[in-house]
Amino acid sequence: MTTQDPIYKTDALIAENIDAYLEAHQHKTMLRFITCGSVDDGKSTLIGRLLYDSKMIFEDQLAALEADSKRVGTQGQEIDFALLVDGLAAEREQGITIDVAYRFFATEKRKFIVADTPGHEQYTRNMVTGASTADVAVILIDARKGVLTQTRRHSYLVNLLGIRHVVLAVNKMDLVGYDQAIFDKIVEEYGEFARSIGIDAFTAIPISGFKGDNITGPSENTPWYHGTALLPHLETVELDTTADQAKPFRMPVQWVNRPNLDFRGFAGLVASGTVRPGDAIRVLPSGKTSTIARVVSLDGDRDLAVAGESVTLTFADEIDCSRGQVIVAAQSPLEVADQFESTLVWMDEHELVPGRAYWLKIGTQTVSATVHAPKYEVNVNTQEHLATKTLDLNAIGVANITTDREIPFAPYDDNRDLGGFILIDKITNHTVAAGMIHFALRRAQNIHWQATDIGREHHAGMKHQKPAVLWLTGLSGSGKSTIANIVEKKLARMNRHTFLLDGDNVRHGLNKDLGFTEADRIENIRRVGEVAKLMTDAGLIVITAFISPFRSERDMVRGMMQPGEFVEVFVDTPLSVAEGRDVKGLYAKARAGQLKNFTGIDSPYEAPEAPEIRIDTTEITPEQAADLIIARLIP
Amino acid sequence: MNQKSLTHLQRLEAESIHIMREVVAEAENPVMLYSVGKDSAVMLHLAKKAFYPAPPPFPLLHVDTTWKFRDMYALRDKAAKDAGMELLVYQNPEAVARGINPFDHGSLHTDMWKTEGLKQALDKYGFDVAFGGARRDEEKSRAKERVFSFRSANHRWDPKSQRPELWRLYNARKAKGESVRVFPISNWTELDIWQYIHLEGIEIVPLYFSAPRPTVQRDGLILMVDDERFPLRDGETPQMRSVRFRTLGCYPLTGAVESEARTLPEVIQEMLLTTTSERQGRAIDHDQAASMEKKKQEGYF
Repeated sequence: MTTQDPIYKTDALIAENIDAYLEAHQHKTMLRFITCGSVDDGKSTLIGRLLYDSKMIFEDQLAALEADSKRVGTQGQEIDFALLVDGLAAEREQGITIDVAYRFFATEKRKFIVADTPGHEQYTRNMVTGASTADVAVILIDARKGVLTQTRRHSYLVNLLGIRHVVLAVNKMDLVGYDQAIFDKIVEEYGEFARSIGIDAFTAIPISGFKGDNITGPSENTPWYHGTALLPHLETVELDTTADQAKPFRMPVQWVNRPNLDFRGFAGLVASGTVRPGDAIRVLPSGKTSTIARVVSLDGDRDLAVAGESVTLTFADEIDCSRGQVIVAAQSPLEVADQFESTLVWMDEHELVPGRAYWLKIGTQTVSATVHAPKYEVNVNTQEHLATKTLDLNAIGVANITTDREIPFAPYDDNRDLGGFILIDKITNHTVAAGMIHFALRRAQNIHWQATDIGREHHAGMKHQKPAVLWLTGLSGSGKSTIANIVEKKLARMNRHTFLLDGDNVRHGLNKDLGFTEADRIENIRRVGEVAKLMTDAGLIVITAFISPFRSERDMVRGMMQPGEFVEVFVDTPLSVAEGRDVKGLYAKARAGQLKNFTGIDSPYEAPEAPEIRIDTTEITPEQAADLIIARLIP
Repeated sequence: MNQKSLTHLQRLEAESIHIMREVVAEAENPVMLYSVGKDSAVMLHLAKKAFYPAPPPFPLLHVDTTWKFRDMYALRDKAAKDAGMELLVYQNPEAVARGINPFDHGSLHTDMWKTEGLKQALDKYGFDVAFGGARRDEEKSRAKERVFSFRSANHRWDPKSQRPELWRLYNARKAKGESVRVFPISNWTELDIWQYIHLEGIEIVPLYFSAPRPTVQRDGLILMVDDERFPLRDGETPQMRSVRFRTLGCYPLTGAVESEARTLPEVIQEMLLTTTSERQGRAIDHDQAASMEKKKQEGYF
């Protein structure tokens, strides 16, 4: 490349006047971008080139690179820049990158963070992760191949994640003789597609990552191209944080700072807008109002804080405010709701289970949430809507979500911090999905709790008892129904008002529309939980006998009840013993393949980790088991 | 006009503070690993900012090898006191008993003092989250490290079980016995660290600045003879050289560079004009290409 590159000019300044250099570089801004391309589009080469041209490669690394290039490189005797950015050992052997890597380089004007994500078809998850924090997306196209299915996929994802600035880098121009006609044709074809998915504007640049054309400055090989080169373009794009400052003030509260009785500060990162002492604010969802007293910092109080800064605020009044709540400008509050339509990107090996409760983390708040059956899945290659019952790894779909309480939010398109969320599996703790809120569902806002004059305490008081749910769980044939029946008889003799909900019986009526798939089993338990909850409201002691094989659903039911009301009873019978009994002949059928999804055979049973009561039926009789349960209930 | 462009250092600072506050809000028993180097100094400074006017609500943990530079021990104690934080110093008792040292024991020195020592210390105090000062620009395998890096109950790092990190949302949930290493300065580069130290006036170990120091040249490295435990080979006599260190660790394993840079701007100037990476001075990385990744899987930071 030519020596007029802006980056090299700094060397002289560093040598002559380091203080002036430092002063200048302290005012640099920071841009995050993502590079997307297919396996052979030359993405790693481009990033390696950016690092190399901005002098982020040291001599020792270069020496290692030259040696590696000769040993495993794909560029013959020339330097293989791609080797600079391929990280983990496993990937180097496979020759493809399989995760998100972050690279850093700086020019005179900006520091850059590049999210390098693989173009391979299976890795939607990684691209979405990398795109979630990016200001700009650089979409690479191989000039010899033009717009491919994967280009469409990447563009769709970039748009989905709300990246406002798209660069179309038509790479490997050296291999097509720097032919303007080829470049123009690709730009036209891409433009048509981009508009069809909602990308209104993009910047197209003809480049060669390998040769360095139009990377740091104009290339002599493309005299017909009059736009800026890639780096100068990235140096001048408007940043999202700057744009966010013009919006109303919002800050999710991260942590309440209470070092002593005289100080109560609310710490968080400003998601949008600006804040000054004296500003009127509102805390959501409570709706309480106050004014900002101080913007506190280690270097003294400040008179202004803006979007993107981590701050500590104090209020003029003592009002309740805690982690997860959102402080907003008083005159422009956020919406608050508990049902949403959102796009989900599924990221886990285990598919979405509609109806199951997941943790939903949005802003600084974590709530319990269930996902309804998806309305449709999107084919990311064609953007077609497909009917589906679930979402698999890397699938993208639209579904309604219900949270267990109202949360303040903004549509994702308005604010990433207040409209983007993750779903977390309650058992494995894996991050299973990323979600983007579209809007709140009206139906949630139109149904209100009807307050009744005779409450649950009154119902229970009339019966002289404390309501409870004795939840018996265990394999088929473990003895749940037998024990439950004895427990109810004994309680009846003690004048307790009870009701026994039995798995088989419920499936004859309330749940006769449900089968035995994982989703149906979850719905089965959810309905039983709701019925049991109504019965405890009526003051009853409810005894249930359901296999209820999944921990998350048992925990979901536990969460529906008042603290202490749910008593999990694990009827622990080894599979071999239960199968040996086989009272209903079901195990034999399951073994013969006539019964699908049978717990213990071809469907898992997740044993309780800390049940209130564990009964080993190989040690004690059903009669003794019943006494044990009653002793726990009525000490 | 309310608008202002945040500088790259302001954005990095905001991100690091956000990460630290998330940990404090969600962890049961966090700790900050403090190695006394420049990255630790920046991390500690950011913690003070994150929780002001309260002191950072967690202790500092120094996993000691007994072989650090004397200047490092001095600054360690002072920095903890200035921050108003408890300082825990842990030395692997087995390494103490066996007198493990870098001269006689080679890679066993790092294994026992640092890798094992760290695991023992985390187990002893029951810390569920440990802040570390690692940066993604340090080394290739670190470029893919998450900010929240999950470790199994026996402290192993499995590249396949790491969680995607989207937006500013970190999933800190974990099962009993599992722990998390959190790297709040992941996105800082070496230059960012130096600029921030300069801008904020953060105190660092004097070894980063050039001074005449007793040294010997050995195996291509300039080593400082920091105390009388340094066994001189036949024909070796310590020579005064004007040297400084770009990175700090155990003194017998840390190569110095010849330099006249006595002030921070001069150090930054030298760093910008240099042609070798900062880890070159460390003996640990040169074994093989994937050495850091292997060490990480075993539990080294």
